[in-house]
Formats: sequence, structure tokens, C-alpha cells
Amino acid sequence: MIHFVLLISRQGKVRLTKWYSPYSQKERSKVIRELSGIVLNRGPKLCNFVEWRGHRVVYRRYAGLYFCMCIDEADNELEVLDIIHHFVEILDRYFGSVCELDLIFNFHKAYYILDEVLIAGEFQESSKRTIIRLLSTHDSMVEMAKEEATSIGNMIAQVTK
Amino acid sequence: MALSGMRGLSVFISDVRNCQNKEQERLRVDKELGNVRTRFKNEKGLSPYEKKKYVWKMLYIYMLGYDVDFGHMEAVSLISAPKYPEKQVGYIVTACLLNENHDFLRLAINTVRNDIIGRNETFQCLALTLVGNIGGREFAESLAADVQKLLISSSCRPLVRKKAALCLLRLYRKNPDVVNVDGWADRMAQLLDERDLGVLTSSMSLLVALVSNNHEAYWSCLPKCVKTLERLARNQDIPQEYTYYGIPSPWLQVKTMRALQYFPTVEDPNTRRSLFEVLQRILMGTDVVKNVNKNNASHAVLFEALALVMHLDAEKEMMSQCVALLGKFIAVREPNIRYLGLENMTRMLMVTDVQDIIKRHQAQIITSLKDPDISIRRRALDLLYGMCDVSNAKDIVEELLQYLSSADFAMREELSLKAAILAEKFAPDLSWYVDVILQLIDKAGDFVSDDIWFRVVQFVTNNEDLQSYAAAKAREYLNKPAIHETMVKVSAYILGEYGHLLARRPGYSPKELFTIIHEKHPTVSTSTIPILLSSYAKILMHTQPPEPELQNQIWTIFNKYESCIDVEIQQRAAEYFALSRKGASLMDILAEMPKFPERQSALIRKAEDAEVDTAEQSAIKLRAQQQMSTALVVTDQRPPNGMPAQPSIGPLSLVKVPSETVDSQNPGDQGLTHPNGVVYKEDPQPPSQDIIGDLLGTLSIEGPPGAVAQSPQSATYEAEGAPSAADAAALVPVGEESGSVQPIGNINERFYALCLKDSGVLYEDPNIQIGIKAEWRAHQGRLVLFLGNKNTASLGSVQALILPPTHLKMELSLVPETIPPRAQVQCPLEVMNLRPSRDVAVLDFSYKFGPTMVNVKLRLPAVLNKFLQPITVSPEEFFPQWRSLSGPPLKLQEVVRGVRPLPLPEMANLFNTYRLTVCPGLVSVIPCVSDRFMNLLNMFLLVEVELTGVPLSLV
Repeated sequence: MIHFVLLISRQGKVRLTKWYSPYSQKERSKVIRELSGIVLNRGPKLCNFVEWRGHRVVYRRYAGLYFCMCIDEADNELEVLDIIHHFVEILDRYFGSVCELDLIFNFHKAYYILDEVLIAGEFQESSKRTIIRLLSTHDSMVEMAKEEATSIGNMIAQVTK
Repeated sequence: MALSGMRGLSVFISDVRNCQNKEQERLRVDKELGNVRTRFKNEKGLSPYEKKKYVWKMLYIYMLGYDVDFGHMEAVSLISAPKYPEKQVGYIVTACLLNENHDFLRLAINTVRNDIIGRNETFQCLALTLVGNIGGREFAESLAADVQKLLISSSCRPLVRKKAALCLLRLYRKNPDVVNVDGWADRMAQLLDERDLGVLTSSMSLLVALVSNNHEAYWSCLPKCVKTLERLARNQDIPQEYTYYGIPSPWLQVKTMRALQYFPTVEDPNTRRSLFEVLQRILMGTDVVKNVNKNNASHAVLFEALALVMHLDAEKEMMSQCVALLGKFIAVREPNIRYLGLENMTRMLMVTDVQDIIKRHQAQIITSLKDPDISIRRRALDLLYGMCDVSNAKDIVEELLQYLSSADFAMREELSLKAAILAEKFAPDLSWYVDVILQLIDKAGDFVSDDIWFRVVQFVTNNEDLQSYAAAKAREYLNKPAIHETMVKVSAYILGEYGHLLARRPGYSPKELFTIIHEKHPTVSTSTIPILLSSYAKILMHTQPPEPELQNQIWTIFNKYESCIDVEIQQRAAEYFALSRKGASLMDILAEMPKFPERQSALIRKAEDAEVDTAEQSAIKLRAQQQMSTALVVTDQRPPNGMPAQPSIGPLSLVKVPSETVDSQNPGDQGLTHPNGVVYKEDPQPPSQDIIGDLLGTLSIEGPPGAVAQSPQSATYEAEGAPSAADAAALVPVGEESGSVQPIGNINERFYALCLKDSGVLYEDPNIQIGIKAEWRAHQGRLVLFLGNKNTASLGSVQALILPPTHLKMELSLVPETIPPRAQVQCPLEVMNLRPSRDVAVLDFSYKFGPTMVNVKLRLPAVLNKFLQPITVSPEEFFPQWRSLSGPPLKLQEVVRGVRPLPLPEMANLFNTYRLTVCPGLVSVIPCVSDRFMNLLNMFLLVEVELTGVPLSLV
């Protein structure tokens, strides 16, 4: 299973963290510190796997952003690398050629998208189309709620309920 | 698309980004935190929109690495908001900020449950996601039933069900009792028929977790997994959106193959055949292409297929195909593939019969040891370590030593430990071993732990031939101007003990030895000084006739340290000083150290400890455990993780005696009373097994290890040659063993285990391990006995006699009279069965270790069932034959009572290991078993087992 997901920028800034195994606050910051030290210092053209405290960390760099996922030693590393890329492709399709800024200002959406890809540290959905469809439903529901809140008629309806 | 839709949030994020330095950022964040805190305090004035905004800000600040110790309550309370936008924020932020151990989560259980059992699909999804991501035990207990319902509900959309599957998986991990096996196995099988690939993927993950703990209950899922895999691999009926770079969901393929690895075998021949067809297709049909992502996906599938093939013990042909593929992979430029190639080759070592093919790639693997990527270097090191045996140890260890000087610091300790272990395990001769360890200390002294030099001292002490060689080597190293402190320790120790053996050579006079050791004295720390003092005392003792000048020099040193603040040093100095004035009696007290008892190497223990892993039980580990017996035979003596590593210290601790008693028992024994002249007044601990115990155990005055071996008792284990006719399976009781060398493990159990399988350990004691490997073909069999000497000294007078019963013709090849230290000898044994009988052949094995003669009689697992050949018979053919048999002696009936109830598949499995096939088509009440016995005699053996009434009949 995936124990956690980490998005770190080349400067070491954290862009997203998601923990599927219970780590305390203190452990979380320690893990981030340690791993960014290891991953950011790896040169190009090396393999995408790092051994770390009895676990494997699978990472991949997209422009200035490192996507890292920590798994058990016996797990299939390439499968996880595929998950990373699948996630990135969905982000890309959703934001329209995604860049780091999109993820910074819309970090809450990134979390939502990740929840559609992974649950419990396990892979959930391999169809990009299904996920994109869900995301747009989600967006329109948020929009609708906004409109509802503003429309007077709706307010009246709520009062009379 | 850079707008978040929440202006306040965007402004805050921009502000933080515009901060020039960390200090400014902290100020900005603190300001915001203060703001959020005050807003939360008078919560009443907050609109849902504002609340949502502040909670997001909190998450952002948290993500930047700041402590957010308030507001959890607000985040959790948003979960119960009636509207989607707020509820969704509550769910996501709670899942990010909290973990399963937070008390706050309890407050949410009820709301979450209402959302799960409610009608709103979107809310269900949010709730399931939260529980799946951070649900703990309490969630498991209160929600599992509801989640199960959603998963199998026919009215729920796939969207909800796939989340329910993973949510249930989480809850199962937290509390395995939530999935009730009896009812659930069938449901699980039904879930595998699912058309929606999203639901199927999640269900497959759930299945992997379930079978990893209990495959028995889920046999019915096995054929469905194979079907799914077939469908995917042939790309039949897979919607376009479920292909990834043209490959039908690689994730589902991988998971399906992972699930299959948890079943011990695939029994149904048809299923097995189709599975192998698919695997063959994957193995052959995967090419390296330009597109990185496609490559990753196809190789993810390929590597999983390799793992499955290894697990299934495919035919030799397919195995060598796998090794060939791996051989290709470890030579490619693509680093990921190379990394995984090395890793999987290491796993492949578990499989018998391929080691030789792997060895052909040694040069390539050594190249990877110098790869720029540390991850790859680590894999290469692991693989080299795993593939090392007597034949290639010299090359590999020398390669490791060479690499040591350039290796990164992160790897040096592991590297030196591994090199030391390999050198010890596979040394072709012991002087080479000494060379290696000394080089190791020389090159990477900082990374050589104490146990490594303790171990080399043990070897030297136990092997007289080695002592002068080691002394000469130590002298050589001391000549170097700057040496590592560990080298000073080991050289001083060895020269003190054995320097006198070379006294006639130039440069080895006591005075010269003392000078060269003492030169290092100013540079060493307090931990080394006691060793130096002991060496001086020994040198002094060996100086005959005494040289006053040297004596004075050494006495001055003792004098100086008599007031040392370190108690150990002080005591040694004072005692040596006093003792060395006693003249002749010094000889006895400072005599050479006795031999060390044979123990499991502390190094190997250390390496094992390092391998202890807390991860979930993986398929590979399970397999490793299943395979351990083979591994034991093949890799000589790597003790399995699962087995309690009861090292050879056992018998010694039994006879531990206070020194006084030992003295009286061995009055003439070189006056071993205080072996190194240090009188330890108290020694209440039993011989410890830790690192210190390894070396210092004998330094203190426990019973000298020689005491055990010196008592010239011979140990004889009687094994009755004639089997009782009581039952075919449990043959003969083995008499109580007596004597000083105790076997490790139960001989009986080992024998019974070997009756069911073809390789494993037949016998083991502190000195020797006898492994066995067998191949059976009709009435003939070929066994190989592996005699492994575990000691650092040779075993002599080795004799193996076979006492065959009349029905067996057995021919044992020549057994060498001595087994060199740490070596393994293979002795083939041919067996031919002349007629059926339940008698057993006995191996009368004896050897001499030191003065002790050990003799054991061991039953050989060349038992009746090994010569059976299963054939398939339909029930229609079976019953007429069965009925045509009239009665004794052709038909016997035996009723066995008090048998532990067995599930049907397990029972069938048991029969299979006895080489009896269960007739297909006869279920539950009377599984019939039919068999042909030996081509030659063309006899049939029909067995009927009735489960209900329990009569067991034999023909």
C-alpha cells in the first residue's frame, strides 16, 4: 500500500501531503525533511526509486515538482510510478496543461482529485474519463450551491420550509 | 485557471509567495493564524462560506509546515454542514489534518455514519473516502457492516461501490474481524464477476489483503482471478478508457497477479494451463519501447508476472526463460528496469536450480556495483551477497573489498558487514579469511564493528594452523605508519597470543614485538589500552629467559596504569603487575586462550536483525518462509527468519559450571583457571549471546568451552530400524537421545516433514547440518545428502552407512572422511524400490569433532508414498474396481479416531503431498483417491476415505 503522497517543489516547498498511515505531526515533518533531502539531491537519469527506512519511495519529477509516493518493499514499484503519471495526466487534463501555480492556488482541488485516484493508499480508478466527469459534477455542484445561496427566491424558499 | 474561486484565500497565498524570506513568511502566517483564531472564537458571526475559507487557509498553513494546533473542531464540524460545498471542505480538511488516533474524530463518527447510510450518493462518497483514508479501529467496529452493504448492494452505482471496497479494506486492516470469512468468501467471489473495471480494481485490492492473511477461505476466487487476468492480457472486452498507453489497466493486471501469489498452488490443471499461457504471453510479448510511460506500464505487468512464475514453480524451461529476461534487464541502460532486474534476480535466488544461470551474469552485476545511482548499487550488493557461494566467494568478496575504498559512507557499514559474513561463510581456506578481514579493517576501520574483529580472533584461536600466519599478518599491518585503532586491537591481541610462535624469525623477538605494539600506544583510546596491557603481559610471559630491560619497561607501564581512572585498565594493570612477579606460575595463568565454543556468528545474527521488517506480510516473504527448507540446503546455512535461531550455545549453557568445578574436573588441563590472568570475582550471568558474549564469554571464567568437548563421551541417538506396522504415516518413535551434542530441532518432525516434501533439513546439531534433496521417478529415486560443517574446525572420521530394508536397493556414493571447516559436501544416493513395503531405510551417520564422537541413526524419507505415481480415474472407473476387490489382504480397513477435522481442500492437499490424486467429481462425502503404484509392478492402489463415518480403507 501507499503510506503517503508528497509533492515537493525543487526549492523544497511542500505542495501537497497525504498520509494513509498514521503519522503524528512530528513524524510528518521529520519525514518531509528527510525525504526532500534525499529526493531533491538525486541527479537526473537515475532510477525513480529510493530506499528509505525499510520502505521504497517512488518519485518522479515534472518540471520543478517532485511527486513522491512511499510504499512497502515488496510492492510493485513500476505500478506506483504509473499511478503518479496517471495522477499527473488527470491534473493536466483538468487544469489544461497544469503548472505548479495551478496546484498552489488550487491545492484544495488537488486534494479532491487525489481522493478520486487513491483511497486507503490503494489505487481506485484507472479511467481518466470517469474521474474528469466526476470532477466537473463536483464543480457544478459547488457553483450551484453558490447561486442558490445568492438567489432571493431560494432564500424565501428556505424560510418557508 | 489559477483562481481558486475564493478571493481571500488567493490573496493570502499570493502574500505568502511574495515574502522575501522565511522570517517575513512567518510573520504573515502568524498574522493570518491570529486572524483565523479570533474569527473562530466568535463562531456565530461566521457564514458557511467564511468558515470554509478559514479552514482552507488553515490547511494551507499546515502544509507549509507550521503547527496548527487549533481549529480542528471547526474542520470536523463542517462535516455536518447540510450543503455540499461546506461538507466537502470539512471532509477533505479533516482527512488531511487529523490521523486515526485523534480524539476529535470520534465526534464525527455519527455524522459520517449518517452520510454513509443516507440516500445522497455524493455524501456517501465523501464519507467513504474519509473513513478509507483515516478510519481507525472504532470506525471499523461501528461502520464495517454498513460499508459492506454498500459494496454488495445492487442499487448502488459503481462510483460508490468502488469507494466502499477500499474503505472496507482499510477497516479490515484496522480490525480483521470485521470481515466475517464464512459469509464473505462467496460475496468476494461474486464481486470478481463485476463488469465495472473501477469496482473490480478496488475489489481486487480488497481480495489481495484478504488472501494475504487467509487464502484457504478464498479458493473459489482463484479461477476468477485467472479469468480476469486472461481477459485483460488478451484485451478482450476492455473499454478504451480503461487502457493506459494501450495496455489494459496495468494496475488491475498487477493486482490480480499479486492475489494469485498468495495461493500456494494452482491445482486445477485447466486453470493452471490457462494461467501459464497468459504468463507466457506476458513474458514473451513485452518489448522495450521508446515511450517511457508505456514502458513503465508494460514492465510493471511483466515484473509481476515474473514474480508469479517464480511463485508457481514453473517448469525449468520457463524459469530459465525468466532468468534470461532478467539477465537482459540488468544490462539495459534504462535505470528503472535495471534496478528491478537486480531486485528480482535476488528474489529468484530463492528458486532452486537457477543459481548457476544467475552466476553467469556475475560480471554484469559487478558493473552495477559501480553505478552512479546508489539505489542500483544497493540492489547489486544485495544480489551479490545472495548469490555468493563457495565457488565464487573469492571473486565477489575481493570485488566488495575493492569497492569499499570508493563506496559512499552510507553503504560502507553494510558493505563491510556483508563482506565479512561472506568471507566467513564461504572461505575456501582460512588464511584467506584472515586476509579479508584484516584488509577490511585496514580499508574501512570506522565501519567495521567490534563483532567483526571478535570473530576473526575466534577463528584464529580455534585453528592452530592459522595462528602463526595471522601473527605474521598482524605484524605486517603494524609496520604501517597510520593504522586504524581496530587494527591495533586485533594485531595486539593476535601478537600477544601467538607472536611467540614466530620468535625465531627476525623481527619477532619479544622486545621487537613489544616495541612495535607500544609505538601505537599514544594514539589509542581507553578501550584499546586493556588489550594492549594483556598483550604486554603475554609477551612478558613468553620471554624466556626473562629480559630485565623489557621487564622493567613493561612494569613501568603497569605501574603507570595502576592509578588509572578507568577501572578496567586499573584492575588489569594491578593484576598483571602482581602476577608477573610470581615468575613461573605466570606461565599457567597467562597460557594461551582455550578454543571458543562454536556459536552462530554474531555477524549473521546482526544481519538478520537488520532484515526484520515491519511491513505487512508480503507474498514474497510468505514464499520465503515456505521455501526456507530448500534455501537452507542450497545456501548452506542462512537461518530462516521465522525459525527461532537457537544457536549452538544451547548445549553449552546447559553445562555451564563455576570455574572451581571445572578446575577439579580438568586438573591437568593446562591450568586454565584464569585464562587471561584476570580474576573476575563475580560472574552471575549465564553466557550471554550478545556481541560481548561472543568473545568475552570465555575471557571471563565460565566453564571453559573445552570442557564439553573434552569429555570423551560419544553421543548416540538410537533410531529404531524396524518400523512398527501401526500406521503408514507415523512410522517409528525415535529413542531418547543422550550425550553431549544435542540435535537442533526435533529429528522426528524433520523426518515427517521430509516424508511430505522433497527437500529440507534431515538433521542438525551444533556441528553439522544434513540437508536432503530428492527426485523421484517411478520406482527409482535420487537423493542428495548435503553435509554441511558449521564449524570453524574440520570434522573428522565422517562415516555414513546406509542400512536399507530388504525392499530397497540403495547405493551411496563415497563420503569423504573429513569435512573442511564451513564447507558443504554433497553425496548422491541412488534408491531403487523392489517391492512395496512400509519399512524404512536408516542412515547411520557418525563424525568426530575434537575428541567427541557423535553417532546418529536417521530415518531416510524414502518412504512408500514417494514411489507412487498419481493417475486420474473417473468415479465410473473407480467404483467397479473398488467393488471387485473382496477383502483382506487385498482390501484393508482402518478406522482412525480423534483426527483433527480438516477442511476439504486441505485434506485434498494432504493427499496430494502423499502423491495420491483425489478423483474429480466426488465431492464432500466420499472423495476417492486412486493411484498407480510403480510402473514396474503395475499395481494399483485405491484408497477410499469416508469423511463422515471416518473409515479409512486401504487396498
